[in-house]
Amino acid sequence: MLSFSNISKSIDTWLNATFNSTWTMLFEMVIAGVGVISLFAILGLVLVLMERRVAAWIQIRLGPNRVGPGGMLQSLADTVKLLVKEGMTPDGADKFLFNLAPFIAIIVAMLLMAPIAFAKNFQLWDMNIGVLYVTAISSIMVISILMAGWASNNKYSLMGAMRSGAQIVSYELSAGLSILAIVVLSGSLNLNDIIQSQADGWWIFKGHIPVIIAFIIFIIAVTAETNRAPFDLAEAESELTAGFHTEYSGMKFALFFLAEYINVFIVCAIGATLFLGGWMPFHIGNWESFNHIMDYIPSSMWFFSKTFFLIFLIMWFRWTFPRLRIDQLLNLEWKYLLPISMFNLLLVTAMAILGWHF
Amino acid sequence: MVEEIGRTADGDIIINVGPQHPATHGVLHLVITINGETIKKVEPHLGYIHRSIEKMCESLTYRQFIYVTSRMDYLSSHINNHACALCVEKALQIEVSSRAQVVRILLDELTRIASHELWWGAMAMDLGAFTPFFHAFRERETINDIMEETCGARLTMNYIVPGGIMQDIHPNFQKRIKDFIKLYKSKISEYDELVTGNIIFQNRMKGVGYLSAEDAISFGVTGPAARGSNISCDVRKIYPYEIYDQLEFVEVLETGCDSFARYMVRIREMNQSIRIIEQLVDNIPEGDFQTKTKAVLKLPKGEFYQRVETARGEFGVYIVSEGGTTPYRIKFRSPGFSNLSALDHMARGSKLGDLVAIMGTLDLVIPDIDR
Amino acid sequence: MTNEALKAIITELLPAATFEESGQWLTIYVAPSDWHLLAKKLRTEAALLFDFLTCLTCIDWKTHLTMVYHLDSTKFRHNIVVKSKLGADNPAIETVSDIWQTANFHEREVYEMFGVNFINHPDLRLLILPDGWEGKKPMLKDFEDPINMIRL
Repeated sequence: MLSFSNISKSIDTWLNATFNSTWTMLFEMVIAGVGVISLFAILGLVLVLMERRVAAWIQIRLGPNRVGPGGMLQSLADTVKLLVKEGMTPDGADKFLFNLAPFIAIIVAMLLMAPIAFAKNFQLWDMNIGVLYVTAISSIMVISILMAGWASNNKYSLMGAMRSGAQIVSYELSAGLSILAIVVLSGSLNLNDIIQSQADGWWIFKGHIPVIIAFIIFIIAVTAETNRAPFDLAEAESELTAGFHTEYSGMKFALFFLAEYINVFIVCAIGATLFLGGWMPFHIGNWESFNHIMDYIPSSMWFFSKTFFLIFLIMWFRWTFPRLRIDQLLNLEWKYLLPISMFNLLLVTAMAILGWHF
Repeated sequence: MVEEIGRTADGDIIINVGPQHPATHGVLHLVITINGETIKKVEPHLGYIHRSIEKMCESLTYRQFIYVTSRMDYLSSHINNHACALCVEKALQIEVSSRAQVVRILLDELTRIASHELWWGAMAMDLGAFTPFFHAFRERETINDIMEETCGARLTMNYIVPGGIMQDIHPNFQKRIKDFIKLYKSKISEYDELVTGNIIFQNRMKGVGYLSAEDAISFGVTGPAARGSNISCDVRKIYPYEIYDQLEFVEVLETGCDSFARYMVRIREMNQSIRIIEQLVDNIPEGDFQTKTKAVLKLPKGEFYQRVETARGEFGVYIVSEGGTTPYRIKFRSPGFSNLSALDHMARGSKLGDLVAIMGTLDLVIPDIDR
Repeated sequence: MTNEALKAIITELLPAATFEESGQWLTIYVAPSDWHLLAKKLRTEAALLFDFLTCLTCIDWKTHLTMVYHLDSTKFRHNIVVKSKLGADNPAIETVSDIWQTANFHEREVYEMFGVNFINHPDLRLLILPDGWEGKKPMLKDFEDPINMIRL
């Protein structure tokens, strides 16, 4: 059967047969790197187009429909435009940090790709602390935003960066706590183990109300962490023109832009993995025949459809809700989400100890 | 001039909002002093679109100057024209036929709805919700189509002349207005679902930009902004012109004094405008659409003041005539100019994000402020 | 309130005031030096309560300037017009921005357009005109600007 795991396995076998183990390792790294970069490019193009089409659909208009069939090449054309634009560096800016910031953003996004299981037995790096790795690396994102805002020597940028700093640092807490709920239930930090633990049903269905609460908090927190509306205070264009990337242009701006979309993809992928079973097909308990029918749908299809469903959800938020104010944003986190998720974690722990889940 | 770059002596940051800024909807320039996120002072710098319309009008005849006034508050251009025509008619004691009066009011109210709809969309956009803008434009386009058919223009109507209206209404006029009312009534609940009832929106608006009734009067704030502070200031009610005194409608008042009250006034006011239109659309009297007037109008020596209610508040035309064919001096009392002067008072102490909410509910139109 | 009643009260407040009734509303002529005092009384007098300064402007009569104030009462809904004649050179009148806050902006506009000096105004700077236009008074009848033509 043609699946991602079979393809990767056959490549691996062929490389091992042809070269010695060092070269095989090197070649596989290069292939993985090229794969990640091309996935980046494709995701960027697809997500930007998707966002514009979703926005258009919500806003009773058509969206891009001129470039290519059905506007499919619109984001490619935009990329070409951004590539040939001059990347300006303002005079008063701290040039080193200013130019470094977008690359940090994109590198962080790339690093986050490593532990994600795109399909059955298809993962770049099956590490035993996958969840911890994701939470740790995603916090580095804030550094690039602070760096961009500070180095731009622009008050709007600085304010956007400060807002973003306060926001990401706070929302990471409840995102982490809601992830912990699943870690407690499945008893592992390894993303593969977590997926395997959902073989008889996804956590969102078999984990009772506490997991649903954790899921809702997770979605809210990651929306805030990726600076998407209604939490887009860092780039609130009606208040701060463009926030931390006000001074960026050309490809440097495009990198920020791309990083935002990749981050959305990654957090949705993590959400899908933890709560919706990742590549695991829709299984119900021990209904063997039903589960077998579900298994016929390829695992990568399951993964991507779940991820894109969550992405659609986040896009839906963006085009429906107005923006919060900075004090309301922090109130929401510190006064509501954090206490709720702490209590929820306690509940989940009790549930896990007493075995009250399916 | 304040020093616009850098900081004040207290260490507060001074930032320029505008003249090119997404939230100012035009070329308004605000120099704001902030401490962290808290606004300490807002200082408007005007004049980026000042065309000295008052001076221009001094060399235009009484027929010509009406057209310039469309360019002030371009969202209620028809009502501006109306004020000028009323002022000239008052000076010359021209009787306007009832057909022209009814058509004028119908278009006034359509203009008001169109203006409020644009405001609704733009204000929601300022608060970060983009979708309402497109939903508002769906209905607004229908109004613009009605305008286009009858007046020949979509934005700067110039349909009113001293003595009546420029030409008779289009045969489709009544039918299309009725279609619009049907459309509007089916869609207005979407407005509430999408924005008014949204918890984030309500939190952003409630208690923001407090303007007490005393301050509102003192700052000369009029229109929906003042009615949100429970001040009865609808010129259509207190100094009725045309046939407004014979129509049934309620002056919308809210007691909240905050941005949400001002928001609700406008939303409810649209329903009142629909009510007025419903009363008139089937009862357009037959008759002349224009009273015969002299080709060149000469106003008697004296001073004439006419006030009307535009979508933004009280608009006043003050004509000083020396008996010639052109006014000696014209003063336009624009609602936006006075409303803007209250901005500093309202914004002090609130967060930077509140500034856009306050500006949004004041409904500033920059050419109206600068003139 | 009828014009007669208004006249009676205002005469009591300021005996020096003169009246004219030919226009739409009662017009009161006051000397610039009396204006601030009268304004305060008009605003606070219980029977008048002119709390709403509708319109504040100036007219250039070439030989002199006239300040025009349109006052309205939100409680009683009566209107008056107050006029004050200023000399053509160094026109000055006391500010009323402490009585009606809206006068702050309107007076700044009159200041830059007509060059009227408002005594005790808290913030008398250019509002609409750009920097460097101090003292040019573009709304005066004899103002000509060959580059930015206003007169059509």
